[in-house]
Amino acid sequence: MHDGSASGSTVGGAAARAAGQPTPALRTPAQPLTRLVRFGDALWRPALLLGIVFAGWWALSETGAVPHYLVPTPAQVWQTMVDKRAFLWLNTYVTLYETVIGFVLAVLLGLVTAVLIAYSRTMERALYPIVLFAQVIPKIAIAPLLIVWFGFGLAPKIILAVLIAFFPVVISGVAGLRSTDPELVDLSRTMGASPWQTFRKIRFPNALPHLMAGVKVAVTLAVVGAVVGEFVGANEGLGYVLLLANGNLDSALLFADLFLMSLIGIVLFAIVEVTEAVLIPWHASRRSGTPLTTS
Amino acid sequence: MTVSSTAAPAVDLTGLTVRFQSKRTQTVAVDDVTMRVAPGEFVTIVGPSGCGKSTLLKIVAGLVAPTSGTVSLMGRPVTGAQKEIGYVFQRAALLDWRGVRKNILLQAEIRGMDRRQAARRADELIGLTGLTGFEDALPHELSGGMQQRVALCRALLHQPSVLLMDEPFGALDALTREQLNAELNRIWRETGTTILLVTHSIAEAVFLGTRVEVMSPRPGRIVRTIDVDLPAERDYAKVMSDQRFDRFATEIRGLLGAGANH
Ligand SMILES: Nc1ncnc2c1ncn2[C@@H]1O[C@H](COP(=O)(O)OP(=O)(O)O)[C@@H](O)[C@H]1O
Ligand SMILES: [Mg+2]
Repeated sequence: MHDGSASGSTVGGAAARAAGQPTPALRTPAQPLTRLVRFGDALWRPALLLGIVFAGWWALSETGAVPHYLVPTPAQVWQTMVDKRAFLWLNTYVTLYETVIGFVLAVLLGLVTAVLIAYSRTMERALYPIVLFAQVIPKIAIAPLLIVWFGFGLAPKIILAVLIAFFPVVISGVAGLRSTDPELVDLSRTMGASPWQTFRKIRFPNALPHLMAGVKVAVTLAVVGAVVGEFVGANEGLGYVLLLANGNLDSALLFADLFLMSLIGIVLFAIVEVTEAVLIPWHASRRSGTPLTTS
Repeated sequence: MTVSSTAAPAVDLTGLTVRFQSKRTQTVAVDDVTMRVAPGEFVTIVGPSGCGKSTLLKIVAGLVAPTSGTVSLMGRPVTGAQKEIGYVFQRAALLDWRGVRKNILLQAEIRGMDRRQAARRADELIGLTGLTGFEDALPHELSGGMQQRVALCRALLHQPSVLLMDEPFGALDALTREQLNAELNRIWRETGTTILLVTHSIAEAVFLGTRVEVMSPRPGRIVRTIDVDLPAERDYAKVMSDQRFDRFATEIRGLLGAGANH
């Protein structure tokens, strides 16, 4: 990892220190223009691929190679979205609502569980089997039961979203909390730190990068949970619309619905990414940063 | 700092033995160690890997309880984690998300020290260790030597009566290490802190210590105590060319056998 310029700065750094005069840190945040270039650089490849897929779809459906009741044209899908915008918005809102509530609850519950497991052997023995059981049981199989128990309302969908999104939060949270440098914990004890201080100032921030990885998985899974709940029993939401469209062989509505589901997932994922960048800037900068000195 | 002969020792270890019990095996990490460190002394402990040096420091800090024997710090028996000490480890153990100054001030935050006073003291230490200009730099932006300087500042912030250092420069390159050794000698003279430093480098032990305790391979016991009668102020070039240095180093090397490095 040592290139010419890096070894050059080693010499410079050593010379500066020998003179008892370290060079001040030059902290150059990325310039707006370079950031834009970087963003564009990251975007063009997926955009190109998406364009190719879209063109293929367009060609396939417009030429009539595949009947429209199987694959609608992009224009038909767009028309459906415009015509049924109120209906679609209402159902998108329902699914979004279930997803967000489920996701937030999953993160809170997952975090508490992770803390209990990471801090107590007894809790670990008691909770891990339950957590694992909740994970391996097929959610689609318990969905009807939840409908029977909690009715046709939002509750069973939210519960399913929690159940499905909770596991990655627990696993990543435990891994993060366990990754604390034991010497830092020793150090905090010699400072007379209370367990709460150690948690808040050392263990929790240290766990954040791990935790956020799990949270990102969780947010995409929460959408799945909500939609599965709607499949099994609902009279609103994108999952319900999907069944409706399927029953009517309305492929344009079906495609519009799929598009909106994906949109929810992507937008929520992006929000989590931004939150991550705000919460743990040191982690993001480490990924792209270059050291000031190398010795 | 003047040391009166009647003052209680800063660190007092008597007949210390530590055994670690795991499922099948029993490890004797420290075997019948007796050691006294007077206030203001700089004692270095040198010994092969795994001989119980880290364990010894943890006992002084009250982080590990001895199987038998007594420990006291500043005249008081050690029963739990001690707050009167500063601790520096081989890895700097800094908080990745905090800049240099904030890493140093962790000590003040947890202890609930006066904010303004602590900030002033932190700046003083930053100056003393040549970190000026890097106050806001994050750990990953610093070299290993600079990270260790930050750890040293953090350990000194609350003016501890005893500074414990566990192979603090073991992960650094030879040049940086020599430089930090010279700085540590200066800081010790300027602050008068009692220092207990563990190392497996013979040169470092002799260069820094007013006294060197040589430990045997596991089970670790003290095989010899060497008083280093060199002046308190030590200059690398002068010490290295001093005949007494050679004599001490040769003696220690003989005691440690081939297992230790330079
Ligand atoms: N918590 C522990 N449990 C069991 N064995 C330990 C523990 N800490 C240290 N040991 C053992 O005690 C011996 C001394 O360890 P240590 O004090 O770290 O040696 P050193 O610092 O001199 O390399 C080693 O054999 C180590 O494996
Ligand atoms: Mg050790």
